[in-house]
Amino acid sequence: MADYKYTPADFKSDQEVRWCPGCGDHAILNAVQRALPEVADALDTPHNLFTFVSGIGCSSRFIYYMKTYGFHSVHGRANAVATGVKVANPRLSVWVATGDGDSLAIGGNHFIHAIRRNVDLNVILFNNEIYGLTKGQYSPTSKLGKITKTSPYGTVEKPFNPGELVIGAKGTFFARTVDMEVQLTKECLVEAAKHKGMSVVEALQNCVIFNDKTHAAYAGDKATRAEHTVVLRHGEKMLFGANREKGLVFENMKLKVVTVGQDGYTLDDVLTHDAHEKDTTLHMMLAGMKYPDYPVALGVIRAVEDDAVYDRAVERQVEEVKASSKIHCVDDLLRSGATWEVE
Amino acid sequence: MNPAALKANRKWLKPGATVIIDGDSITEEHLKKAGFATLDPLAELKLDEYNVVVPDITSMTREALKETGLDNKAVTKCKNMFALGICFWLFDRPEEYALRYLDSKFAKKNPVVAEANKLAIKAGYNYAANTHQFANNYTVAPAPREKGTYRSISGNVATAWGLCAAAEKAGLPLFCGSYPITPATVILEELAKRKDLGVKTVQAEDEIAGICTAIGAAFAGNFAVTTTSGPGLSLKSEALGLAVMTELPLVVVDVQRGGPSTGLPTKTEQSDLAQALYGRNGECPVIVVAASSPSDCFHYAFEAGRLAMEHMTPVVLLSDGFIANGSEPWRIPSMKDYPTICPPIVDKAPEGGFMPYVRNENLARGWAFPGKVGLEHRVGGLEKDAVKGSISHDPANHQKMVDTRAAKVAKVIDDIPAQTVWGDEEGDLLVVGWGGTRGHLQNAVDEMRKEGHKVSLCHFNYINPLPHGVREIFARFRRIVVCELNEGQFANYLRQNFQEFQYEQYNKCEGQPFTVVELKEKFESLLK
Repeated sequence: MADYKYTPADFKSDQEVRWCPGCGDHAILNAVQRALPEVADALDTPHNLFTFVSGIGCSSRFIYYMKTYGFHSVHGRANAVATGVKVANPRLSVWVATGDGDSLAIGGNHFIHAIRRNVDLNVILFNNEIYGLTKGQYSPTSKLGKITKTSPYGTVEKPFNPGELVIGAKGTFFARTVDMEVQLTKECLVEAAKHKGMSVVEALQNCVIFNDKTHAAYAGDKATRAEHTVVLRHGEKMLFGANREKGLVFENMKLKVVTVGQDGYTLDDVLTHDAHEKDTTLHMMLAGMKYPDYPVALGVIRAVEDDAVYDRAVERQVEEVKASSKIHCVDDLLRSGATWEVE
Repeated sequence: MNPAALKANRKWLKPGATVIIDGDSITEEHLKKAGFATLDPLAELKLDEYNVVVPDITSMTREALKETGLDNKAVTKCKNMFALGICFWLFDRPEEYALRYLDSKFAKKNPVVAEANKLAIKAGYNYAANTHQFANNYTVAPAPREKGTYRSISGNVATAWGLCAAAEKAGLPLFCGSYPITPATVILEELAKRKDLGVKTVQAEDEIAGICTAIGAAFAGNFAVTTTSGPGLSLKSEALGLAVMTELPLVVVDVQRGGPSTGLPTKTEQSDLAQALYGRNGECPVIVVAASSPSDCFHYAFEAGRLAMEHMTPVVLLSDGFIANGSEPWRIPSMKDYPTICPPIVDKAPEGGFMPYVRNENLARGWAFPGKVGLEHRVGGLEKDAVKGSISHDPANHQKMVDTRAAKVAKVIDDIPAQTVWGDEEGDLLVVGWGGTRGHLQNAVDEMRKEGHKVSLCHFNYINPLPHGVREIFARFRRIVVCELNEGQFANYLRQNFQEFQYEQYNKCEGQPFTVVELKEKFESLLK
């Protein structure tokens, strides 16, 4: 463990933060700037190795507010650009700031393929269920029936659940947090950074102007969150509620919410979270839990170590071939194979 | 030839040519299928002036190979080798190279097949030598070539190797983000083999990811390239604008094919020129370079890399299906004869801190990779302040940046060789071409000159910017004809750049290269 003694201020750029007052992005930025000193020490990553890549959208302005290397790309392409950065230099700590429009609509292809390849990126997916920068059109995560400027009579298309998408693509790391829960966000980000392979942290983020309170029913304030969300931690019981009196049990092939001490359920019946389980079934169910039938799952839902990390594998292969090949420079290459002399 | 091939290729016969027809293939059924009206294809195609030989190739091959134990189908497949054997005799060429090739291709996996093919070559050779059916045989003197070590190379492999060479001379790793597309795929395949030179390839999920991974790699300090064909370049255009805006070095190879849309994927054309020059939103200049033969793909790929890295800008390298798949003998160069590439890499922050858009004498900005201490900075697709590189919506700043990006590319004119002419410096007709048509144009011009015409060729490899000296060359000819495999994109580009001249055009969009015959016809008509 290194001791760089960085503070959040070391990661704050001199740019004026231009998100709307009350936007959830402020809290996420705050959490990231608090997480990085811890990440730097935990992974022995000096300041100059942090690189942030974004696409287009409110959330993608993020990189300008970080005093790190930053690349603001074009709409939807953050994960592709970040893949290039990471493969070109695997020693960098590469972070992606992206939104539900950026990574799940126009950039959906790059998102699932970065997950499939298991590139060692840390993706922060700001999910406000709306297009904010273009001023209020529905997104791929907007709830069915949502009335927006481009759906004046309500949407007629079903939303993605980002967690299901990540885990369905055999993602090795998925966590979910709420913008206001800075401590939880920080915790998820540190875990994401430690994870070798692609990590996706979905931040349920409130767009105060165009989709205010979209997550409020379960994540609005502390009391609501205690009742309607469950924070999962590896090795701990899946308990929630103001007094942690409620729990999740597995019954008839389904998750079920019970109250400990009622209807014959004891603490032993409540599931213990295993984020490291390779099988996706339970993680998929947890990520898919929807309010009001279930509490919404927060925290690190899935963190599975997998040796097949793309950028490392590319580098390893290069080293192996270099060591065994007879071709060491372009002159060798030009003279390889059949040649002939003209006198 | 069989009847169908005979019918299709009749038009290419030159007077006195030798035609070899497989006698076994002249059956009523085959003739009918090929569209002959009679049972006498020779009379019908008026072949009496030619030296027509009709050996029963199929049955002689079968006879020669009956001891091999191969079945009828496999034996019949060897008949082309019998015909090749005839050609070896006809042109007095040694068979050894072909025999060795067959061994290397089949001997390990299937020695019987190797043996059978070799037998067929020998049988064909002996048949031709013994029967005296051919009027002559010909001795082809070796082409006059410079002394040295040679190899055979295709345009796509040469392109891949030229990119490797540029990376080596810049001292940077080569990164290729790409998506398979005909006829460019071989470049990605070849680079994927070149892990021995430290090359990293990403076979991306689509064309857009191909260029975007490359842009990411360029930001991170690799020499980054992406390879594609016309439809792929269309998909990459937004990201290419991003590379222009962020002023990162990037080579985009476009191996052109027939378009638009899916078009003619396996056929050649030069119709992506306008797309390469203009196909992006905004004022978005890039350097455009075109290779003109399979082997010079190496040189121009190297040049594309050099210009991209030293001038901090994307370069589009145009190749085409004809030179990409074509091969030719190539005198192997030595890397010590190639210049070192010196990108404006920044290692240490100057006093006052690193400003990403401060420029050098080439107007190139500094290249500071993530990982370098104290050079943390942000770039992106939004317009940037001319110095600090922070976002700027200032009107005067935008104008300045538009002008600067254009000036940076225009300035490249001082870093490329002046335009040259093939043939005399003045005359009656200047043939103008660019890219992969050089071989045909040069042959046609050479033949015209031998016949006493005052014709020269001005062939372009540097398209944007155009080199020094073009105006002076154009002024010394009575007429100018611009020949290209499209409907006049380069001609229009010249009209825009040098308005004082009249340009005739010779254009073709058949998916085929020019032929020397048709070019000469056109040139002769212009000289009348």
